[in-house]
Amino acid sequence: MARKIRVLVAKPGLDGHDRGAKVIARALRDAGMEVIYTGIRQTPEQIANTAIQEDVDIVGLSSLSGAHNNLFPKVVHILREKGAGDILVFGGGIVPIDDIPGLKKAGIREIFQPGASTEDIIKYIHANVKTA
Amino acid sequence: MSKNAREEFEKWEKTTLNKVISKAAERESSFTTTSHIALKRLYTPLDVADLDYCSELGFPGEVPFTRGVQPTMYRGRLWTMRQYAGFATPEETNKRYKYLLEHGQTGLSVAFDLPTQIGYDSDHPLSDGEVGKVGVAIDTLKDIEILFDGIPLDKVSTSMTINSTAAILLTMYIAVAEKQGVKSEVLQGTIQNDILKEYAARGTYIYPPLESMRIVTDIFAFCKDHVPRWNTISISGYHMREAGCTAVQEVAFTLADGIAYVEAAIRAGLDVDSFASRLAFFFCCHNTFIEEIAKFRAARRLWAKIMKERFKAKRDESCMLRFHTQTAGCSLTAQQPDNNVVRVAFQALAAVLGGTQSLHTNSRDEAYALPTEDSVRLALRTQQLIAYESGVADMIDPFGGSYAVEALTGEIERKSMEYIEKIEAMGGAIKAIESGYIQTEIGESAYQYQKEIETRKRIIVGLNQFQIEEEPLRDILRIKPEVEQYQKEKLARVKKERNNLKVKETLAVLKKAARETDNVVPPILEAVKVYATLGEISDTLREVFGEYRER
Repeated sequence: MARKIRVLVAKPGLDGHDRGAKVIARALRDAGMEVIYTGIRQTPEQIANTAIQEDVDIVGLSSLSGAHNNLFPKVVHILREKGAGDILVFGGGIVPIDDIPGLKKAGIREIFQPGASTEDIIKYIHANVKTA
Repeated sequence: MSKNAREEFEKWEKTTLNKVISKAAERESSFTTTSHIALKRLYTPLDVADLDYCSELGFPGEVPFTRGVQPTMYRGRLWTMRQYAGFATPEETNKRYKYLLEHGQTGLSVAFDLPTQIGYDSDHPLSDGEVGKVGVAIDTLKDIEILFDGIPLDKVSTSMTINSTAAILLTMYIAVAEKQGVKSEVLQGTIQNDILKEYAARGTYIYPPLESMRIVTDIFAFCKDHVPRWNTISISGYHMREAGCTAVQEVAFTLADGIAYVEAAIRAGLDVDSFASRLAFFFCCHNTFIEEIAKFRAARRLWAKIMKERFKAKRDESCMLRFHTQTAGCSLTAQQPDNNVVRVAFQALAAVLGGTQSLHTNSRDEAYALPTEDSVRLALRTQQLIAYESGVADMIDPFGGSYAVEALTGEIERKSMEYIEKIEAMGGAIKAIESGYIQTEIGESAYQYQKEIETRKRIIVGLNQFQIEEEPLRDILRIKPEVEQYQKEKLARVKKERNNLKVKETLAVLKKAARETDNVVPPILEAVKVYATLGEISDTLREVFGEYRER
């Protein structure tokens, strides 16, 4: 049997809007994944460390405060620095469309916009995470 | 109710109704509100037969205030049109305020950025990327001087969405007023100062709950003597609703928090009638029009009963639930953003029909960013259309007596009370938050709501039905990254020019007050006057009170 996909759902920065992150964490769990939710107010360092310690396949970042351009790339950068660049990182929240190319260039694999369904995110993870 | 009506109703069901229903089923087998209240097909006098008019509805301006808190309501004065605004620097936000006042807004409402809300200066490492983003950045009194430059503080009322750092922002406001020659006794406005819902939903807490509650009650005591026209707290259901809870849960959790504040103040030695009339409330107004109107009426009646019966308040003003409303941010869609204008209009109308004292209408582009100037003007115009064109402001509580609204008002009150009793059995709101009960309830409702959308049990126009191919909105407000550097430089200048010795002295006095039992607000006022920073004051209290960590 294939091992379960392990996901870290994380809230970088000072933003307290956690409705989306919690709903997604629960939906991924219901879809059979193992999900760790960090809680709010995490630094990029904390998120990268948790991702490595918990041996996750993929990290989902949620920010609604507009700090995504500073914080999302830092998570990818630290993961790479620590030799964990194979952990995929995607994001969501209030992210203007014009910010997406820059974030993708910085290594964020996908950005989900307001109105995205949990089904879209589940499909995305299944398509991109290879389980042995 | 006359026997006649019941007989006629049953006859109608068996004949006229049955004739249709036996041939064609209704759209759904059952209709329920978001709070899981089963709706009847038709409400009749039978549903309000037990309603005692004088004790349950009464008259506007009288206990239990079901029909409104003022005797003339909007015939006397319209609600305060108060758009929540703030972004980037105090310089830029000051311009937006002047713009809004020029366009007929009647009160200010300050949005602060997250570092300001969580007690970090703009140069703190954790402020990285957050400065000026969700609101205006404030580091010292200097910033507040700029924010209110040219705005006469004896003429406007100002609401500040600020919680764990409320004492700092309030005292900065008092200090600026003093510089304008305005005494604190005449200042009008509100600080949110509702720390409990921060643990439950919004997340800008700093200190642990008990220490935070001590600051809250210190503010009550200070304002009673020095800022008597100030609303010392805005007990908020808004953020819990935005986080996903239902209308009934919103009323229940908000009033349960209200009970906790009143108890804390009484424990701190305050007489209930000395502070209760300065308590204000803040609710959300979501899409379900009738349920929302009933919600506001139910909340007023229930709070009046709690204050009279449980806390034995003697003054009627102590039993008055006055509230601000904001339309539901979470109801806005990024898809077909013009639809949001219509959603907001319905929500705003329900808030007015529910008797709100002030109102913020969201803008069409807020699923994308903070609103542009044009979007905010349209949102403000929406309120003005309701006020001046719709005619609903010309009579009091026009839905009063509607069989459906009265039945729902009663149902929401009953269901909310059941929740409050459950919370009481756990030891009250603080315990229910510490145990995670309220957070779990909110999360559960949020998940159900999302599932209903994804299974299309709940239709959101333009999102899961009636979609179109469209380009995302590109003309949105952007906060320049230079804002952070600008604030940092200004902060460095202030620190260089101020008297650092005085800053040290005032912070030492504050620390002593925090350790002992003196009210912390007067030493905070002294510290802000000598330009101690928001971060320095917060750190001083962190050293004494410690920090809360989410479990």
